[in-house]
Amino acid sequence: MARLTVDNVVLAKEIIGRYPRPKSALIPLLHLAQEQDGYVATDAMEHLAELVGVTPAEVLGTCSFYEMFKREPVGRYVINVCTNIACQIMGGEELLHHAEESLGIRSGSTTPDGLFTVEDVECIAACTEAPCLQVNYRYRHRISHDQFDRMVDDLRAGRLDDEVPPHGTLARTRQHIPNATAAGPGFVEGAEEPVWITSRPAPPKEGAKA
Amino acid sequence: MTVTDAPKIISSRFDHEDSFTLRRYEATHGYEGLKAALAKRPDEVVEEVKTASLLGRGGAGFPAGVKWGFCPPGVWPRYLVVNGDESEPGTYKDRILMERDPHQLIEGVLIACYAIGCAQAFLYVRGEMALAQERIAEALNEAYAKGYVGKDILGTDFSVDIVLHWGAGAYIVGEETALIESLEGNRGMPRLKPPFFPAAKGLYLQPTVVNNVETLANLPWILREGGAAFAELGAEASRGTRMFAVSGHVRNPGVYEVEFGVTTFRDLIYAPVYGGGIGDGHDLKAFIPGGASAPWFYEEHLDLPLEKGAVDRAGSMLGSGAIVVMDETTDMVKAALRVVRFFARESCGKCTPCREGTSWLEKILERILDGHGRPSDLDLLLDVCDNISPGIAWPPKQTTICPLGPSAVSPIASAVTRFRDEFEAKLGGGAIPVTVKMAGGAYVRKPTAEVAS
Repeated sequence: MARLTVDNVVLAKEIIGRYPRPKSALIPLLHLAQEQDGYVATDAMEHLAELVGVTPAEVLGTCSFYEMFKREPVGRYVINVCTNIACQIMGGEELLHHAEESLGIRSGSTTPDGLFTVEDVECIAACTEAPCLQVNYRYRHRISHDQFDRMVDDLRAGRLDDEVPPHGTLARTRQHIPNATAAGPGFVEGAEEPVWITSRPAPPKEGAKA
Repeated sequence: MTVTDAPKIISSRFDHEDSFTLRRYEATHGYEGLKAALAKRPDEVVEEVKTASLLGRGGAGFPAGVKWGFCPPGVWPRYLVVNGDESEPGTYKDRILMERDPHQLIEGVLIACYAIGCAQAFLYVRGEMALAQERIAEALNEAYAKGYVGKDILGTDFSVDIVLHWGAGAYIVGEETALIESLEGNRGMPRLKPPFFPAAKGLYLQPTVVNNVETLANLPWILREGGAAFAELGAEASRGTRMFAVSGHVRNPGVYEVEFGVTTFRDLIYAPVYGGGIGDGHDLKAFIPGGASAPWFYEEHLDLPLEKGAVDRAGSMLGSGAIVVMDETTDMVKAALRVVRFFARESCGKCTPCREGTSWLEKILERILDGHGRPSDLDLLLDVCDNISPGIAWPPKQTTICPLGPSAVSPIASAVTRFRDEFEAKLGGGAIPVTVKMAGGAYVRKPTAEVAS
């Protein structure tokens, strides 16, 4: 679909500026592209390549390695059901099966109305709260089949809009490093010892030659 | 049963609703550890952490102070990379620390940067953890505004930027060299060691220290109360306290901070204030002591202390503090398949034994579960295991760049050996298969009519 919007280019440049080398910003920028379009579009990857100074193939190489980046449109809500060991023994696979049956789709696919995608995912660090799932990376702990159905109804009716943004948006608060208080670039060719180390030298070890 | 009265070192603010705010943090000794550190020389801070004998809490359990000392002298700049990519199955402690007490982590990062001499720190948070990312972003913005982070921190000549970075879903990125690759904007594939030991050639090939979230979260307390006070807790090599996630078939699954080295598995699983025992009158069948990569433990291991050395000697590891309890109703073949499938899916594909081996293990276990297993399949499983990690020993021998592949071997070998009868009962020539695999991997009972046809 789209290249980054003017506002997002400003944000992208701010993000790139935080890293000693521009390519380090690639994963945060791919998230930004996904936030804009709901998935990572080919045009967006080409735009990112221009912004960080690499080839589009390199952007695709990075993008395709990571599970969270979708290179084709997915549902407005991506429901990730955990079936890893701690969830499996507490009913995670049954929950996934219920999700597939009630939405009428197989995991990995999207409902025809474009609202829901279901995925079978690996451990999402909520093992003591099994079975668990995430909807657009917002957690639902110890979820029963009834609760799952209610959640789907609520999402469909827009009752969870405040809590669950559309797919692509992760953190809604961003870090901003004010220029006035920033420590400055970390990577300087031929950098010297930091001042706070130089100004507080360790005393020579006992027995060491002066 | 022992429940020690050790203080809560890193989860002390969890009971407060507003534990993640700067206001609460400052009201509860917040940033006092940083002030104590800035009153010392950097080398004295390193000594304090060595005195504390703080072991890394990420999985490998290497002493943090010693790890810092591996940076070659005179090579600048140095970087600190915080490993917040928690994804080892069963592990749930870094996320809770990042969501509920982000300032404690930031303070730990500052102390480490001051001691090591890092010009910049990167806080790599797992991509799937949206709330942790929001809380840390908020906390960093507050901390910059108050002069705790950035230029001339608290009026001293110490300056450092902390950059919040998100991952995008890849278990392997928890391995430190893969984390560095990912932070450079590449596919998260591990680097060969040597020469790429992060302390010598890490991020941008500069000296880099990679520390786990929980490890760094301990630093404010250590600097405030002293390394000696920390080392008074615990036993042997395992000092201080540690977070353990107890999940699976226990009455009170939860994340508990307990005294390290002293508390036993039995305490953690059965004590009423912790796991509370196994529910529904069932018995213990097995438990995973330290994440999916760890060989399984059984009844006879319950009285082992949560002490690194003791668990290593018993043939497994405490890893990332993840204890998954399986009761007698657990289907061990299904459990083994789930663990293997995890490693097969998460293999980065760089080394052949891991890429091919883990998916072969998955295929063999799938056909056993589907009822098409062959009598030779159990030996074949162990043979593939032996090819990935020769000798199937503990600690596993490595044929690969990183330990991911060999990690799949230990739990499988342990399940096949211990529960061979369960595997054999599912082999072909027996009953008609009664389960069917659904898309996405769920196993459900096949309707009788379908079985008959």
